[in-house]
Amino acid sequence: MRWGRNRGSPGAPAASVNGISLLRSAAFRFGVIYAALFGISAVALAAFLWWSTAGLLDRQIEDQISIDSLNLVDRYEEGGPQALMDSIGERIIGNVDDDTLYLLVDPGFRRLAGNLETWPGSLTLDDTWRDLPIDRGGLQSLARVHYFELPGGLHLLVGRDIQNRALMRKLLASGMLWAAAIAVALGSIGAWAVRGLFRATIADVSATASAVSAGDLSRRVRVSGSDDEFDLLAQSINDMLDRISRLMDGVRQVSNAIAHDLRTPIARARNRLEEAAHDASSEADLRAGINRAMGDLDGVVAIFQALLRIAEIEAGARRSAFVPLDLSPLLTDIAELYEAVAEDRHIRLETRIPACLPGFGDRDMIQQAVANLLDNAVKFSPDGARIRLICGPQPGVVDSVRIEVIDEGPGIPEPDRAQATNRFFRGEQARSTPGSGLGLSLVLAVAQLHGGTVELLDSRPGLHVVMTLSGQQAASLNA
Amino acid sequence: MRVLVVEDDKDVANFVVKGLREAGHVVEHTSNGRDGLFMAASENFDAIVLDRMLPGGIDGLKLLETLRGQNNQTPVLFLSAMAQVDDRVRGLKAGGDDYMTKPFAFAELLARVEALTRRGKGDQPTTRLVVADLEMDLLSRSVRRAGQKVDLQPREFRLLEFLMRHAGQVVTRTMLLEGVWDYHFDPQTNVIDVHVSRLRQKVDKPFGQPLIHTIRNAGYMLRLEEP
Repeated sequence: MRWGRNRGSPGAPAASVNGISLLRSAAFRFGVIYAALFGISAVALAAFLWWSTAGLLDRQIEDQISIDSLNLVDRYEEGGPQALMDSIGERIIGNVDDDTLYLLVDPGFRRLAGNLETWPGSLTLDDTWRDLPIDRGGLQSLARVHYFELPGGLHLLVGRDIQNRALMRKLLASGMLWAAAIAVALGSIGAWAVRGLFRATIADVSATASAVSAGDLSRRVRVSGSDDEFDLLAQSINDMLDRISRLMDGVRQVSNAIAHDLRTPIARARNRLEEAAHDASSEADLRAGINRAMGDLDGVVAIFQALLRIAEIEAGARRSAFVPLDLSPLLTDIAELYEAVAEDRHIRLETRIPACLPGFGDRDMIQQAVANLLDNAVKFSPDGARIRLICGPQPGVVDSVRIEVIDEGPGIPEPDRAQATNRFFRGEQARSTPGSGLGLSLVLAVAQLHGGTVELLDSRPGLHVVMTLSGQQAASLNA
Repeated sequence: MRVLVVEDDKDVANFVVKGLREAGHVVEHTSNGRDGLFMAASENFDAIVLDRMLPGGIDGLKLLETLRGQNNQTPVLFLSAMAQVDDRVRGLKAGGDDYMTKPFAFAELLARVEALTRRGKGDQPTTRLVVADLEMDLLSRSVRRAGQKVDLQPREFRLLEFLMRHAGQVVTRTMLLEGVWDYHFDPQTNVIDVHVSRLRQKVDKPFGQPLIHTIRNAGYMLRLEEP
């Protein structure tokens, strides 16, 4: 959807990939972040390398010069200028690498000792440490020097030829430059790869979501099976889609059912009214037609009320009104209400209700659910049959109640049983009997609200309905 | 009997007002809560038919609460499209005496309004109910007709008691279900008819003259002569 919107906006930036501007693309952002992290790491690594090689050499040379100078100053303080000059001479001879530099000059900067010809003109007396270009026997070189002013007006310069080190440093620098170029290249390739990976990972999710919003609810995100975070994401998206499609199925089923089951009585009422308006020859006919139509409309209202009632129960708003109650008198009353109807048709209603049956829930709802079960049983039982209402605590489950209604009617064939609690479901045998197909839906809704279940069994012949109500918070009425 | 109808839907209001007038009642009508409250508080009505959702800032609940706050005990029947159990509970808690949901059958409304006014008058506890030659002693819980004892099951006794308390009035099946069994749902089968017919077997059949009459499209009525 987002893609579509972007594509549609007239002011979208020119640089865009698949409709997403490069700057707003998360994949691009991740790539850049990757490259930046890579660059920062490379720079840090280079800095450390530099510090630990070139820097170390520098520090070593300075240390050497410092120690050397201190020794020479000591000699001067012990033995005066001559001892210093001797010492310098010894050191120059003893220096095999020929990298040490000494120069001792008098207050007029005339050379007294050392292997440098003249005092470097550029060296002012303020400097103590200095890198100097020097000329040694015709060879241009670079030196690191330290300058001292000795008591008595003498000036001492101690240094090291660092030409070799400078070369190495240059080598190192160019090496690092190359390394930097390689790092940039690698970083870019990596960034591109990360971006691609990211896009590939979300492309499927994105494509699936687009397909779903376009109406194809059967599409699912591919699960790679690696159990990684993306798999978890894909799995939760798929679960969500499953739930949505189940809900959609439910809605579709209900709207189909409504379309059919409400349209039929409305159409019937309409036809009756039309017939009465056109064909009624006497007032009595007219009234009869209108009355029949009113009956049909009352049926529609009843279906609406049942639907709303189920929706109300399913919404669970009434759970706050749950109270501990004794189900025994409640069930006895309902049984008594239906006993008369059953007896009218010579049906025996046998009950087994304990003297006290503590439960927890909504009185009205439980009454209505049991009434629906008995209603069905009476409706579908043949004359002279037997209906049993057996209630008691659910064996093995603490504080749970089990209500069973067993009839000797036609029952519900095995394949239909799973659907029997769906709204508006009516079995083959039920087509000819009056009813809306909402009775068991309500029973199921009530049971579920009470944390229970509804089971449909075969009592050969007949239907055996087991409704359980969980009484998790049931307080014992005997206590 | 004077009835106030507070209902903003014109069609429903006309239907109710016309019906009540035809049944012989004096009816006042207003379409908003403010006027409704004013009329209910300043005049004497035997019953009020009250919609819940009303224009004019005062809805049915508020109107009733204000009325009851002024210690006005006029019986009130709510007539509302709000059909959830919670709505009903709220309406009765606010001081309503009865609650009906739209759409409704007029016969049901009329029966309930007439039952309301009876309830308002007969507040002192009665110990004996008499209709023609049928007598009911509420203390000893015994029933006699023409001097002969009639044996009734407890539920049949309560059913007859309800009919006798509303003698001369139409009593609908829903009213019986609510008043005698305290059930607030519609059973699909005609359970009430079966119970009434059983009662007839005991109360009417042995005595020739029927007292319990079926009123077409409405319910039952207990009275001496055929309506």
